[in-house]
Amino acid sequence: MSTRKIEILVGLFVAIAVGAFLILALKVANTGFAGSGDTYTLYAEFENIGGLKARSPIKVGGVVVGRVAAIELDKNYYTPRVRLEISRQYDNFPETSSVVILTSGLLGEQYLGIQPGFIDETVHILKDGDMIEDTRSAMVLEELIGQFLFNRD
Amino acid sequence: MVLKQLQRMGAATIHTIAGLGRAGLMLLGAIIGKPSFRKGAPLLLKQLYVVGVLSLLIIVVSGLFIGMVLALQGYTVLVKFGAEQMLGPLVALSLLRELGPVVTALLFAGRAGSALTAEIGLMKATEQLSSMEMMAVDPLRRIIAPRFWAGVISMPLLAIIFTAVGILGGHLVGVDWLGVDAGGYWSAMQANVDLYQDVFNGIIKSIVFAFIVMWIALHKGFDAIPTSEGISRATTETVVTASLAVLAFDFILTALMFGG
Amino acid sequence: MGIVPALLNSRFICNMENTLSDFIVDIQNMSFSRGDNLIYDRMNMTVAQGKVTAIMGPSGIGKTTLLKLIGGQLKPDSGDILFRGRSIPKMNRSELYQTRKDMSMLFQSGALFSEMSVFDNVAFPIREHTKLPESLIKIMVLMKLEAVGLRGARDLMPAELSGGMARRAALARAIALDPQLIMYDEPFAGQDPISMGIVVKLIRALNNALGLTSVVVSHDVTEVMSIADYVYVVAEKHVIGEGTPEQLRQHESPLVQQFLKGEADGAVPFHYKAAPYADELMELL
Ligand SMILES: Nc1ncnc2c1ncn2[C@@H]1O[C@H](COP(=O)(O)OP(=O)(O)OP(=O)(O)O)[C@@H](O)[C@H]1O
Ligand SMILES: [Mg+2]
Repeated sequence: MSTRKIEILVGLFVAIAVGAFLILALKVANTGFAGSGDTYTLYAEFENIGGLKARSPIKVGGVVVGRVAAIELDKNYYTPRVRLEISRQYDNFPETSSVVILTSGLLGEQYLGIQPGFIDETVHILKDGDMIEDTRSAMVLEELIGQFLFNRD
Repeated sequence: MVLKQLQRMGAATIHTIAGLGRAGLMLLGAIIGKPSFRKGAPLLLKQLYVVGVLSLLIIVVSGLFIGMVLALQGYTVLVKFGAEQMLGPLVALSLLRELGPVVTALLFAGRAGSALTAEIGLMKATEQLSSMEMMAVDPLRRIIAPRFWAGVISMPLLAIIFTAVGILGGHLVGVDWLGVDAGGYWSAMQANVDLYQDVFNGIIKSIVFAFIVMWIALHKGFDAIPTSEGISRATTETVVTASLAVLAFDFILTALMFGG
Repeated sequence: MGIVPALLNSRFICNMENTLSDFIVDIQNMSFSRGDNLIYDRMNMTVAQGKVTAIMGPSGIGKTTLLKLIGGQLKPDSGDILFRGRSIPKMNRSELYQTRKDMSMLFQSGALFSEMSVFDNVAFPIREHTKLPESLIKIMVLMKLEAVGLRGARDLMPAELSGGMARRAALARAIALDPQLIMYDEPFAGQDPISMGIVVKLIRALNNALGLTSVVVSHDVTEVMSIADYVYVVAEKHVIGEGTPEQLRQHESPLVQQFLKGEADGAVPFHYKAAPYADELMELL
């Protein structure tokens, strides 16, 4: 086996691996909101976060706009405090917006849904570091069924 | 009687620790010290071919079949809950997090690891390693190091290929055969698979497994009793020990990465 | 051939520091055992610079072991082994590797690298230790292969060689870099009379032309006696007889005489240590 042939085959092997990685990175995984430069942060406190996890998606009307960056427990009131990382692209949510924990499908993972509120002169637009006051456990039917089925506590 | 048991236990412990010590020294000797690019690169290339390229076929074929089986099994369960749109995430996550790294490591231990053990054991038995030492060429650098690095580089690449082929295999069965919506297959996958959490963690697992498998394979060969029986035993030990070690470390890594 | 002077030159410089001693190897009170099996018990031996020193002794007595001790692959239990005045067992790893560049060893099994062709095997030490261009390496390798009569076999793989050819190829590799000390473990084994003659002449010629020192381990009494300047006969963990071939023939020790004449029964037992044969057979009945 000549060195040249080995070089070509090894090069091909590496090229296939790079191609496979690109498939995984671009087609399989969600690469959006990976970086930190193009996001801003909001906070929200919930009674109960259920199955929400760090890196769960944040959706508006089904469109992913960000990810849950971290979940901490407030030391004074023992309420879960969720840090939301939202794309700079969507930086005009009014402070009247509400956040809901939703479940995708019957058995799916939980995610955050933002419902944009109304806007008038007295309402501010949420900025980096602001707190979304209006948080609710899901009011959607599928979530109620989900609670009935799995969280009978 | 008790004393005898105790003595045997002590002897076994000492034996094990001495073995670990020799293995550690071997690894240190092989990977420490500056590699010479002029001499090292062709050797590494040759081993990348032997260890990586020659393992490609078995990896692609197994990846394809495992992806197809996953899709078939997953579909029959998911369809009962009307959740067949979750087939994509099921296939992708099982492959990325577990099956890709683990099955690749197991196949690699069987295909390349055992071959390396036998090769090095035979080199030892025929005094090739000794004579190299007498020529003032360190066999750890010349023989062990290129093989070690070739394995550590190849295995993650093979695991990535395995996973990608498996996902395509899942697509083949799930979408083309069982009729899951193609758009749903990919979009549900994208919604649930995270580049860092899932893809990178899988690759990290694979790198750890590569270290383990290569270390065990090379050490078993290097430490083999230089007879045909000793070499055949070392080869078996490589496959058994490496497989068990991979599974054990998989549990530990899974607990660390996804358990919290 | 610009490189030959260069090689000679480097040897000359190396020699400067050792002109004090005539002995390139000096084994002092060395003891060595494999497990419980004591192989050498306070043994002394010297190898004179520029001479052919032969070591003879019954099979399994530890001749190969002795060469490995000199090469630093084994460490003696006690005593010392000096190479050009420096203690081999006390050297650290890098010193030892540096020292080994000045010696070379023909292994009893040949130990050719099985994944390389004969040519690459002989070129291996040259490529590892010099930065010579490939064209020069080719000339050097072909010269060495020509010397052992294997120039035509350069593209064969070791598995395709006969036992005797493999040993000659290994010999070519051992002399590739013209080291100061060459240790031959059984260089004559498996050679037909013609190639045996070639090998004998080659060892002698290397010694005379380049001033190398050779240590030859062999059972072939006639060949050894014909090329050796000094002979050691090893048995029973010691040197039992030494001297020039002429002195050795006159040696009064019955053990030495038995070995030189190849008598089955005599002072040196032919058998590995064992219970008396008759006793063991009786037990089995
Ligand atoms: N790796 C080893 N482990 C344990 N004992 C060994 C080993 N190698 C050799 N021995 C023992 O050491 C003794 C000397 O062996 P050595 O190979 O040096 O003999 P030798 O003189 O070269 O014999 P021969 O002429 O047959 O080549 C033998 O009794 C052998 O049993
Ligand atoms: Mg021997």
